[in-house]
Amino acid sequence: MKLQVSNLNSHYGPAHILYDVGLEIGAGEVVALLGRNGAGKSTTFRSIVGLVPQRAGTVMFDGADVSRLPTYEIVRRGLGYVPEDRRIFSHLTVEENFEVGRQAPRPGVATWTPDMLYKLFPNLGEMRKRPGGQMSGGEQQMLTIGRTLMGNPSLVLLDEPSEGLAPKIVEQMADAILAMKGEGLSVVISEQNLHFAKLISDRAYIIEKGRIRFSGTIADLEANPEIRDAYLAV
Amino acid sequence: MEFLLVQALSGLASAASLFLVASGLSIIFGVTRIVNFAHGAFYMLGAYVAYTLTTRFAGPFGFWGAIVAAAIIVALLGALMEMVLLRRIYQAPELFQLLATFGVTLMVQDLVVVIWGPEDLLGPRAPGFTGAISLFGRMVPTYDLFMMTLGPVVLGILWLLFHKTRWGVLVRAATQDREMVAALGVNQKWLFTGVFALGVFLAALGGALQIPRTTVTHAMDLSIIVEVFVVVVIGGLGSVFGAFVAAIIVAELNAFGILILPQISLITVFLVMAVVLVVRPWGLFGKPESAPRAAAGLTIRPWRPFTQVERAGVALVVVAVAALPFFLGNYALTVGAEILIYVLFAASLHFMMTVGGLASFGHAAYFGLGAYGAAFLVKYMGAPMEAALIVGPLLGLAGAVLFGWFCVRLSGVYFAMLTLAFAQIAWSIAFQWVDVTGGDNGLLGIWPATWASRPAGFFWLALGIAVVGVGVLRMLVFSPFGYGLRAVRDSALRSEAIGLNRQRMQWAAFIVAGTFAGLAGALFAFLKGSVFPDYMAIPTSVDGLVMVLLGGVETVSGAVVGAVLYKALAIWLMSQTDLSKLVLGGVIVVIVLAFPKGVVGFIEDLRHRWPRKGNGATVGATKAEAA
Ligand SMILES: Nc1ncnc2c1ncn2[C@@H]1O[C@H](COP(=O)(O)OP(=O)(O)OP(=O)(O)O)[C@@H](O)[C@H]1O
Ligand SMILES: [Mg+2]
Repeated sequence: MKLQVSNLNSHYGPAHILYDVGLEIGAGEVVALLGRNGAGKSTTFRSIVGLVPQRAGTVMFDGADVSRLPTYEIVRRGLGYVPEDRRIFSHLTVEENFEVGRQAPRPGVATWTPDMLYKLFPNLGEMRKRPGGQMSGGEQQMLTIGRTLMGNPSLVLLDEPSEGLAPKIVEQMADAILAMKGEGLSVVISEQNLHFAKLISDRAYIIEKGRIRFSGTIADLEANPEIRDAYLAV
Repeated sequence: MEFLLVQALSGLASAASLFLVASGLSIIFGVTRIVNFAHGAFYMLGAYVAYTLTTRFAGPFGFWGAIVAAAIIVALLGALMEMVLLRRIYQAPELFQLLATFGVTLMVQDLVVVIWGPEDLLGPRAPGFTGAISLFGRMVPTYDLFMMTLGPVVLGILWLLFHKTRWGVLVRAATQDREMVAALGVNQKWLFTGVFALGVFLAALGGALQIPRTTVTHAMDLSIIVEVFVVVVIGGLGSVFGAFVAAIIVAELNAFGILILPQISLITVFLVMAVVLVVRPWGLFGKPESAPRAAAGLTIRPWRPFTQVERAGVALVVVAVAALPFFLGNYALTVGAEILIYVLFAASLHFMMTVGGLASFGHAAYFGLGAYGAAFLVKYMGAPMEAALIVGPLLGLAGAVLFGWFCVRLSGVYFAMLTLAFAQIAWSIAFQWVDVTGGDNGLLGIWPATWASRPAGFFWLALGIAVVGVGVLRMLVFSPFGYGLRAVRDSALRSEAIGLNRQRMQWAAFIVAGTFAGLAGALFAFLKGSVFPDYMAIPTSVDGLVMVLLGGVETVSGAVVGAVLYKALAIWLMSQTDLSKLVLGGVIVVIVLAFPKGVVGFIEDLRHRWPRKGNGATVGATKAEAA
């Protein structure tokens, strides 16, 4: 098991957000975490990488408990995180954004270079010196993914990579995610609806009001429209 | 004409050190979000350490090596401070951070005197730059020319550092989004320490490079820190280039201000700063803060008016205090009156900080203005004490009307700095306008009326005014005005939507606080029998802040407790030790570390941890707070 999350409980101040969330991600798998607005997808991801101060539960990554480690150490073990609001460094150029994400090569994992990323996202190759703040939403989404890949992760948490993007760019995202899978990475993506997720995922979890409601293959989900209708936006 | 050019050149030479120190402050602020008040102290330490090293190691190699070594040694001290002190308070409200670093400043002031003695020290000249060359028929020291070129060189080196090294890119990224940098696997702890050490290195280098130009004194720190605040505020906090441009502006204003307005040369600089802040609140090259932090920065627990029982308790305490003159001697009563005056001063500051969300770093201005107001009435119009106590504070009110109008346009750190700047303007007017204010000699002979001339009488007078003043402020907290203020403090947008004008309400709060501070100041003038510019100086403002924070920003009565504790401690310390600043600074640091919510907040936390039975009052208050 690549990543194993169990009994994850998170709070924001007095508000209890996640209830006993559990996830299991195998090596090389692409798994979708589905749920409506406010279901707790982002909170789950942020809790896994240690960005939610009030959290309890265990997060096993590559067989080691990382739940007590500071964020940067979790990430340095190869657990990459792409935030939903992209959070690119707007005053830094494309190249510099990549540089911030760069980590030493990791044995047994694909090593990414800026050139490989320009191949994966040709748009970025044409604007290497442009500040991140002067890029379109789609370009910023590519940049934020590329920046995380520069850390040579073995698993990536991708928070709503298709949000607010034009269909053409969404396709490009799907290709990029499949390319990552092709390099042997595990990928967890969060999504609000099924359309994008089913293009790329092997399995899916559904989260609602901070609880995991469903776990199974995409085919299972397709076969049970009532689950989809109950928990997902159509 | 030539004279003007030479004057401009000398301004450029002064700009270099100013730029070094200011860029250090700016870099530190950019990443850590801490305005490092101790920056002036590091500048001073740089000069002192360089003095020691340069006098020990002669020759060109010795001299220049000593300058760099001094900066490195002080930078290591800075890194130490970051690791043991700042790392613990990065999450604390910014005022606590300012105070903690100010506490360090106080400690350094005494330590410097202990180590190097109180006399001004004159270091060696710089080898190779001892002479002067003739420019436009006037002699310009070659060292000035060296300093002039140094500024752009350092700017260039910093640019390379931040654009061409990985470390620099990480620093720029962290300046924008620290959390994201961590989420990309960067250990922020060492990044912060490194940035802090770099900033301190620049400050210490700026100080060390001053020794061939001026004497090394133990007052270097406060004079530079005020100028540096002005520079970073004009240039924009966090912008190195802004610091460069603003350092030149400020240094030139100083160089020419002397010619134009020799009486009040300090003012020109502050006026320029005020104009910049009104036109571009985030400075010439700064960026608007995306999400301004609330000045107080603490979640404020629901407040409630006193219950019957508590009211009776307060009355009992007042009666007990009123009975003190029957038990205490004259000295104790004078001290008591001083404490009471500070209670009112702290309460007025507390009012605008908590309810208004306006953390002022220059509240002493209104205290001092009130004192001068009363003194003018006595001196120039022969007014009796009673009249002076009523009319004098109006000068504090007038100052608050004027300065407040500018200040409430800003928030957070910028608000704190502008209030500080205005307080320094007021101070410099009092200091330089000798004909009216007596300058440094002050105004003497401001004695109270006969009935209050004995310590007991004055104590009762102070008690009466303090009780009424604090009572009125408390009533305001729970008045519709108070609720409105809290609404605009908590959500400017939402309250504008329901028709509350944030700026106007905060201006009103500023004026109320300034007036009560003025009342305290007027009373203080009669207690001391004299008025001095120092009543408006930074330490008085900081005293007020420490009192409020010691008592707890979150609490309604914290200021009273804080003022009593702090003033009593300060007066006692002063009588016990020559190193009062060292001890006081240490106390401030410990307080910030131990009680980030203040003493009363700490006690309230304990109470909340062990809730008592029958908590009906608290529930009711929650409703009231929501209303
Ligand atoms: N910083 C925060 N403070 C308090 N509550 C928060 C915070 N962030 C999120 N929440 C709450 O936590 C719940 C889960 O939010 P989360 O962002 O994890 O949802 P999400 O599934 O990612 O939604 P979306 O699809 O809109 O991104 C929501 O009810 C939200 O209001
Ligand atoms: Mg989300």
